[in-house]
Amino acid sequence: MISDITIGQYYKAESFIHKLDARAKIILTVLFIALIFLCKNFISLALTLVMVILSVLLSSVPVKMYIKSLKPIIPIVLFTAVLNMFYTGGENVVFSFKGITLTSEGIFTAIFLAARIVLLIIASSILTYTTVPTMLTDAIEKLLSPLKLFKVPVQSWAMMMTLALRFIPTLIEEIEKITNAQKSRGADFESGRLLQRIKAVIPIIIPLFVSSFRRASDLAYAMSCRCYTGADTRTRMKQMKMRIRDFVCIIIFITSIAGVILLNNLFGAVI
Amino acid sequence: MEKYIEFDNVSFSYIDEYDTDADNETVIENLSLTINKGDFVCVLGHNGCGKSTFAKLCNAIEVPQSGKVYVDSIDTSDESRLYDIRRKVGMVFQNPDNQIVATVVEDDVAFGPENLGVEPSEIRRRVDEALKQVEMYDFRHSEPHRLSGGQKQRVAIAGIIAMKPECIVLDEPTAMLDPRGRREVMNTVKKLNEEFGITVIFITHYMDEAVRADRVVVMDDGRVVLDGTPRQVFMQIDKLKSIGLDVPEATELTAMLIESGIDLRTDILDMNELVNEITRLTEAEN
Repeated sequence: MISDITIGQYYKAESFIHKLDARAKIILTVLFIALIFLCKNFISLALTLVMVILSVLLSSVPVKMYIKSLKPIIPIVLFTAVLNMFYTGGENVVFSFKGITLTSEGIFTAIFLAARIVLLIIASSILTYTTVPTMLTDAIEKLLSPLKLFKVPVQSWAMMMTLALRFIPTLIEEIEKITNAQKSRGADFESGRLLQRIKAVIPIIIPLFVSSFRRASDLAYAMSCRCYTGADTRTRMKQMKMRIRDFVCIIIFITSIAGVILLNNLFGAVI
Repeated sequence: MEKYIEFDNVSFSYIDEYDTDADNETVIENLSLTINKGDFVCVLGHNGCGKSTFAKLCNAIEVPQSGKVYVDSIDTSDESRLYDIRRKVGMVFQNPDNQIVATVVEDDVAFGPENLGVEPSEIRRRVDEALKQVEMYDFRHSEPHRLSGGQKQRVAIAGIIAMKPECIVLDEPTAMLDPRGRREVMNTVKKLNEEFGITVIFITHYMDEAVRADRVVVMDDGRVVLDGTPRQVFMQIDKLKSIGLDVPEATELTAMLIESGIDLRTDILDMNELVNEITRLTEAEN
């Protein structure tokens, strides 16, 4: 179960999107989100869908990877969609039975809601699948660097994020080890009521916390031995460079946003 | 021989900041020791003998309460030179997982030089060179958590040598590794010492590793008990046993053979030597 987590998992490939600058990719993801939320009718949604499909194909990441990242949220999508379907009021009643009414507005809201969540996950997965986590944190650091003027420790934040990402697999391994150790002593994680199961997790959480603090202390020693001071004099081996293709992609996305707004106005909004 | 690290009558104890009345057990007591440039020194001792503290004193993680530690003539208690000392004396710890900071091997090796503010192109060069030196160049794009223990530890060593230190202190780097990983790490460190003249302080409790050093220092209760070449040290079988340490198997076997009346050399360290010695003996008899 634990090893199913795919957020922050880089998929190694040499695609066009992999080669884009990480800063450009973050900007593109933000534009993507804007695009997804601006859609107000099926034609603009179709345009966005085409953009998503194109990006997925360009990323050279197998489609099943995207499906895998969608799996955990399917219940949430279905739940919210169904709720919205029945609770959105509206004039055009499609169906009415014993006080339950279904309106076309409700159906449209549900479809758009589901589409938005799914596309959102896919768009952000493109970013995390095609970008090495360290490049991602470097890019965030660069994009946030104007905040340094206000004495915000952007560099330290980026370091913290890198370390958090670095320790995810280590801690997962640790959880598995502790779970097995507790199971071998007779701990039961699978049966009982919810409250009992929650209680059963405590013997995992406490050793995990203790060992995490120990790790943190070791890591702090190791980092200071490697002359980490948190100072801004730090240089980077991998220099980021925005190329023409990065700017072209950003322009394409901005154009698409304009296109979506235009389509919304031309064909009228359904929600 | 040029002095590199000098311990001058050093005492050290961990002080509990919250309990000032507590008995502060002395971990290092009046230790005086000189380590020469280019040496390969093994520090041996059982758990709690102060050998980890000894390592921490070498690059100013800890500063002695009395006495002085000098690294290349710099006093480690001089806080303004802290990072000069850490740049000269790199440190590799026991658990490879807890010293790797990046999610990609080459980024981790670059961490040290990045902190020193080295030019990007120069960092690239140093990282490639360091990874080649520890024979991990083919893994430069790998994720550290997918490597074996020995490989991770070699990445950690590469991370230190990319900073171009003059000395590396390794605090039980092989304690968590399997025999193969231990061999990999030892061979790497040996190579760094022989080919690049890096001074090595290797802390361990494996005798077969200590045999490969130029000099062995045995510690017990914060003091140096024995100090000399591996041959000189391991001949003192009784003394080593009395402080709870083993001797290499071959040395022990030799001692038993001598005791039962076979006329062998006393300073034998490994099985090959013992086999040669026995063949020599039988040939001489024939």
